[in-house]
Amino acid sequence: MYGKSFSLAFSFLMLTVLLAGCANTQPQDPFEHYNRKMFVVNEKLDKAVAKPVAKVYVKVMPTPVRGWIGNFFGNLGEPWTSVNNLLQGKPRDALNDAMRFVFNSTLGIAGLLDIASAAGMPKHDEDFGQTLAVWGFQDGPFVMLPFLGPSTLRDTLASPFDWAFDDLWRSALDAATRNILIGARFVNGRARFLGIDRTLDEATLDKYRYSRDFYLQQRRFKIYDGNLPQQYENYDNPDDASDGSLDASQAEPVAAQPENAQPESTQPESTQPENAQPENAQLENTETETGE
Amino acid sequence: MTRRLFARCLLLLMAAFAAPAVHAAAAALAPDALVRNVSDEVLKIVRSDKAIQFGDTRKVLALVDEKVLPHFDFRRMTMLAVGKDWRSATPEQQNRMTTAFRTLLVRTYSNALTKYHDQTINLKPLRANPGDKQVSVKTEITQPGAQPVSIDYSLEKTDQGWKVFDVIVMGVSLVTTYRGNFSDEIQNNGIAGLIASIEAKNKSLEAAQGGK
Repeated sequence: MYGKSFSLAFSFLMLTVLLAGCANTQPQDPFEHYNRKMFVVNEKLDKAVAKPVAKVYVKVMPTPVRGWIGNFFGNLGEPWTSVNNLLQGKPRDALNDAMRFVFNSTLGIAGLLDIASAAGMPKHDEDFGQTLAVWGFQDGPFVMLPFLGPSTLRDTLASPFDWAFDDLWRSALDAATRNILIGARFVNGRARFLGIDRTLDEATLDKYRYSRDFYLQQRRFKIYDGNLPQQYENYDNPDDASDGSLDASQAEPVAAQPENAQPESTQPESTQPENAQPENAQLENTETETGE
Repeated sequence: MTRRLFARCLLLLMAAFAAPAVHAAAAALAPDALVRNVSDEVLKIVRSDKAIQFGDTRKVLALVDEKVLPHFDFRRMTMLAVGKDWRSATPEQQNRMTTAFRTLLVRTYSNALTKYHDQTINLKPLRANPGDKQVSVKTEITQPGAQPVSIDYSLEKTDQGWKVFDVIVMGVSLVTTYRGNFSDEIQNNGIAGLIASIEAKNKSLEAAQGGK
């Protein structure tokens, strides 16, 4: 099922890539027009199918059972996570993931319990798209895939590898069992985000835009394994004038900042100078490209 | 699915807002202690208050207003959400943007608090130097049966103690993620247009949620 919808998505994507590419102000979203349409379609599908099913599922299944189901599917992904960590030059993490799989599959009763986490072996989140990123491949344009949701060109091209691994354990099962499992995994995944949709609706002026930026930022975070420096501007402090006053000038935004700092509100600003870390820091992991 | 990624993050954001709060007396607290105290206190109240769990908007807002908001620097947050256009706004526009954005954030995420009762918050050791004026307090939220989610608070030292000016959930800044949204709006309709949009959004939220 995944495989099929994927290849469908893929050909559709490639078609779009070829056809689209019109001028756009967003450097990472040249297909915004198409993406927005697909976003709406996906939302409708979710509302019509996935969400109602997930709601029923939550009503029927007690919380601990849902936890076990989540653990079970998470455990099946462990070997592939391990392989990707290895490909990214992180043997220690790869070993951690392999041990997690061994412990949880056995003592954790086929992965239903995540005893490895409790034993100090943290769960990692890796996929082949992240591996390609570590190898130096750029994101490429943002794409909203049919059914599958937000992605980038690189991650879309990488996902056949993820699917292929996914097929490994499934190939041992008969069709019915397999479909039930795939369905269960999907519903369980969706159920975890019930109630959040509303927050998202409420939080944004432009849901598509917010979702996209959110996705891209989170993806970056994952690629860097969380070691992502945050950089903050302080537009009230043109330079590091340490008198805690505000820049109330109305100068051109790009122009050099004048120093007519003017105390303004009751809320004194801090005097922290800008954090000097570059926004696009290089990957910190220096041991990349330790081949296959 | 479409929602999965940001949904997961938003889930945490909600918990994030459960965190920062504390008594006025705590103004001099270290940043990590501040986050710890506020989260504990707010979660304790949420867990014991049935009305909040059932989504009593007014009660949630009151709780957030009293315990959480004093520890946020909304002007700084708004500035970061708006980006460089902040500098071309008049002081009056800056204040209006701040008020409107604050209302939007509070309205949106306070409600999420009502869905939170069975998670625990672990603080990671603070890595900062004594003289630092900006620190990141890293926390991890664990919920039964789900992967832990990281929530980091960026705090800045001010004359009134440490103030949170950004919340980062699973690597996504709650604040700067608005920047794309906001700069589009400014580009199309100017700063006045952005203010109008946020205020309109707040109005519709208020109408939808009511005071209940």
